[in-house]
Amino acid sequence: MSVDKSTVSRIAQLARIKVSEEDLEVLADELSKIVGWVEQLDEVNTEGVPPMSSTVENIILRQRDDVVTDGDCKSDILENASQTDRGYFVVPKVIE
Amino acid sequence: MTELTDLTVAEAQDGLAKGEFSSKELTEAHILSMEKFRGLNAFITETPERALEDAEASDKRRANNETGPLEGLPIAIKDLFCTKGIQSTASSKMLKGFIPTYESTVTSNMKADGIVMLGKTNLDEFAMGSSNETSYFGPVVNPWKRLSDERPLVPGGSSGGSAAAVGARLCLAATGTDTGGSIRQPAAFCGVVGMKPTYGRCSRWGVVAFASSLDQAGPITRTVRDAAIILQSMAGLDLKDTTSSDVPIPNFQSLIGQDIKGLKIGVPREYKIDGTDPEILDLWEQGIRWLKDAGAEAVEISLPRTKYALPAYYIIAPAEASSNLARYDGLRYGLRAEGKSLAEVYENTRAAGFGSEVRRRILMGTYVLSAGYYDAYYLKAQKVRKLISEEFATAFEQVDAILTPSVPSAAFAHEEKDDDLLGMYLNDVMTVPASLAGLPGISVPAGLSSDGLPLGLQIITKAFDEETLFRVADVLEQSASFEARPDLRV
Amino acid sequence: MYVCFADTGCDDGGQGRRVTLNDTSNMVEGRSGDWEVVIGLEVHAQVIANAKLFSGANTSFGAEPNEQVSLIDAAMPGMLPVINKKAIEQAVRTGLGIKAQINRVSVFDRKNYFYPDLPQGYQISQFSDPIVGKGEILIELENGQSRTVGITRIHLEQDAGKSIHDMDPASTYVDLNRSGVPLMEIVSEPDLRSASEAAAYLSKLRAILRYLGTCDGNMEQGSLRCDANVSVRKPGKELGTRCEIKNVNSIRYVSQAIEYEARRQVEIIEGGGTIKQETRLFDSNKGVTRSMRSKEEAHDYRYFPDPDLLPVHLSEEFIDEIRSNLPELPDEKKRRFINDLELSEYDAGVLVAERAIAEFFEEAAKGRDAKAVASWITGDLFGHLNKEGLDILDCPVLPSQIGALVGLISDGTISGRTARDVFSEMWSSRKDPAKIVEEKGLKQVSDLTALESAIDEVIAAGSAQVAQFKSGNEKVIGWFVGQVMQATKGQANPKMVNEILREKLKE
Ligand SMILES: [Mg+2]
Ligand SMILES: [Zn+2]
Repeated sequence: MSVDKSTVSRIAQLARIKVSEEDLEVLADELSKIVGWVEQLDEVNTEGVPPMSSTVENIILRQRDDVVTDGDCKSDILENASQTDRGYFVVPKVIE
Repeated sequence: MTELTDLTVAEAQDGLAKGEFSSKELTEAHILSMEKFRGLNAFITETPERALEDAEASDKRRANNETGPLEGLPIAIKDLFCTKGIQSTASSKMLKGFIPTYESTVTSNMKADGIVMLGKTNLDEFAMGSSNETSYFGPVVNPWKRLSDERPLVPGGSSGGSAAAVGARLCLAATGTDTGGSIRQPAAFCGVVGMKPTYGRCSRWGVVAFASSLDQAGPITRTVRDAAIILQSMAGLDLKDTTSSDVPIPNFQSLIGQDIKGLKIGVPREYKIDGTDPEILDLWEQGIRWLKDAGAEAVEISLPRTKYALPAYYIIAPAEASSNLARYDGLRYGLRAEGKSLAEVYENTRAAGFGSEVRRRILMGTYVLSAGYYDAYYLKAQKVRKLISEEFATAFEQVDAILTPSVPSAAFAHEEKDDDLLGMYLNDVMTVPASLAGLPGISVPAGLSSDGLPLGLQIITKAFDEETLFRVADVLEQSASFEARPDLRV
Repeated sequence: MYVCFADTGCDDGGQGRRVTLNDTSNMVEGRSGDWEVVIGLEVHAQVIANAKLFSGANTSFGAEPNEQVSLIDAAMPGMLPVINKKAIEQAVRTGLGIKAQINRVSVFDRKNYFYPDLPQGYQISQFSDPIVGKGEILIELENGQSRTVGITRIHLEQDAGKSIHDMDPASTYVDLNRSGVPLMEIVSEPDLRSASEAAAYLSKLRAILRYLGTCDGNMEQGSLRCDANVSVRKPGKELGTRCEIKNVNSIRYVSQAIEYEARRQVEIIEGGGTIKQETRLFDSNKGVTRSMRSKEEAHDYRYFPDPDLLPVHLSEEFIDEIRSNLPELPDEKKRRFINDLELSEYDAGVLVAERAIAEFFEEAAKGRDAKAVASWITGDLFGHLNKEGLDILDCPVLPSQIGALVGLISDGTISGRTARDVFSEMWSSRKDPAKIVEEKGLKQVSDLTALESAIDEVIAAGSAQVAQFKSGNEKVIGWFVGQVMQATKGQANPKMVNEILREKLKE
């Protein structure tokens, strides 16, 4: 399946990456090439095959105890922020 | 006496133990090399002052008989590991100037074991690439050159800075991370040993994530024994990483120097991939003979879905990456671009902060996960991944290890593959299958091309069987007795 | 503000179970006749746990901004989630409490979207394989009947942080204290048919959560938040297009929002319009719902299994252990109150509706006449609580004191009439009833000789009434009783007075 400019534009919006008009064209081209190439997977019969999302999927998920051990580290949390005020992160206004 | 920078890890440990030299002397020698060969651009951040302080502290500990397993060894860290108080960038403009308040588990382990950190090595941006050309901080130069021309070559990627630094003797060893071949491929290109452990051996905590189900840290060294020594320190159960394994960790170094008599070595016919450099195929044949000469039995095996590993990888890894990299939005750390609205700030930040390869992979990943495409691409790829994993499992009922080439070609020149997106991806065609299955793999330098470039062979074993991996790799290394070294001129 | 943009559960496009109702009292009346309202609720309940879902940071309410945030909750590079076992236990406990299927394997997925209070750029939630499957909740309707409402699923997910839009005209302030707090999303089937049913459902759900100790149910603090999916249709016809009203934070508002929304939809359809599927917010000041987004952007959450987390496997032993420690829940408790304690259906219902009330009652009724205790609680005690706007937890009278009061009546120490005065005194002074009786000398006179002499005096002084009695007017006995009570300042045991009087008058 080829990826057209409007699709690139839609996924770029979903991914929150600004893409210029010229780049839309280039990306549509590149992604089409990659998508066309990965579609060779269609040759593989995967009927009844369970999807594998981890190579360690048969081990038991380790769990933590319900104890407060962390989180009292405000300065670490805010250390690298470009804008803070009174202990808050400050970000451009959200317009609903 | 050999130059201090020529020592292997094992030799350096010996010399330090015998008091032939101090950690400070060893460190100074490496800092000098780093300065001398700064043109390779192997480091993003050099930390010489800190290294010297650490070395002095190490010498004091040694004087007090408080030595750790890696006491006083100058080592470089891939800049994908977060290091407390030291800029950690993932080679991205996005994280330029980001100073973590925390230390990754792997580097914590190594520090606790006594290493001296020389600095943070260059890599492909967010570890996405096979040539180190996607780094925001400029490409790394491979210490090796072709006999036929003087063009600078790529060191491979993504752990290109680490491989180049080890190859050029700027450090005794370095850490790398491998998602689809990012340790093994650059190791092959730079004539060094690169080892990717079983997924789960090393904690991923504090390592900037690329593709969580694939990312795995490992050592890059000049010998197999050194890889065993360094991995011993890196590996271990970490309760902060649910995917880290509690499988007992053997003494890796004890596997060095054992024989491989009677071991069955699988030779998968599907790795005779079209377009592979014939010299590499010849070297592979040679490798089989070496192992047979050492008493192993070569068994031809079939891994029929090998060719589908790469396309499956190029769905799964970008999909995970598209989500893993969503946190880089400029709001809490890292680059924040201007914009008239929040939406603009997001879009401008992520357009400015990510380079073109990263943007491309995020878009690819977003695409394959998006409504209407999930089943056709992502789910399909996961099923193929399952089949590939099962194929390996079946093969390992028959054989103890698998021998393949590491990469289908030797190092190429900068910008040589710029117009060839898929050609670039093909670099990982031999390393990706084991990554998808979570298996350990190691690239061992085994010969030189007729044009004077190092070539590597890869050994793969079953999950958590690093013992066999090191045994076979060691024998291969002994047989190949690869002693060539790059002709480095300033 | 927390916004859960997706509908993970109720997206069956109207294929939910049909509920046929005979009575039409729930219908919304339109110009074209009656309309049926179809409602499904999605409730986000904060799991009672000390630490967050995937980090060791504190979950308690009211901390200074960003003081309960771990590196994980702030999504620093390289951070990884490790699940809190308590959250899993609590979800299973809740599932068992609503008789739901507990899924032996469940999966955490990432739900990808950008918002300033969502640091990871994705919410870790459960999409295709939730921890709890289908269950049910019995609700009591206003007409005294009860009905079962289906639960589609319960899944675990992370809460987002808080965005504050009014601290600065140009900026949004972000506090991540809530980021990563464990939530259960409890999704109902579209089985509810009116605002009052929705309210009944929410009250019952909240009661169950409180009985189970899995959520404190505090809607003001945001521990329980409700999204309502509302559509209207002609009875028996296909489901209409639904609108989702987000984040309504009180049961009363849920009612109001549904009432408004149903009427709005009926008016649009009857005016020839069509309902646009959208997300709406309830404005509690104006009592209206309004469209949340000016530009309707397509959401595409790109759910996929979180590769940082393995599937959750639950063992039978683990589930059995939780099952065997489940508390008695309101429905069972009510049955027991009726069957064993012989309470009326009504009293039992009222007493079990809130865990705190049920506990108060049971404490008070220990070793006492349960029916009497019940009627004291539902009568005088509730009366006083209502009058002063107090919660049972703030009640100045202890359960043991109510029990003691009933005890004093049962053993004849005081009369029921005196007891009401004693209760008022208990309320204001917080003293034990026995002490009040003692101090005020309210002890009932049951001493035979004392009573007889008082009665003799009254008979002697009331010859006219004696004559009336003897001529067959038995009612006049009330006059004698009154006189005796007056003479004893109300402390005479009325039962004894009655008996002695009758004997003496018949002589
Ligand atoms: Mg929802
Ligand atoms: Zn939700």
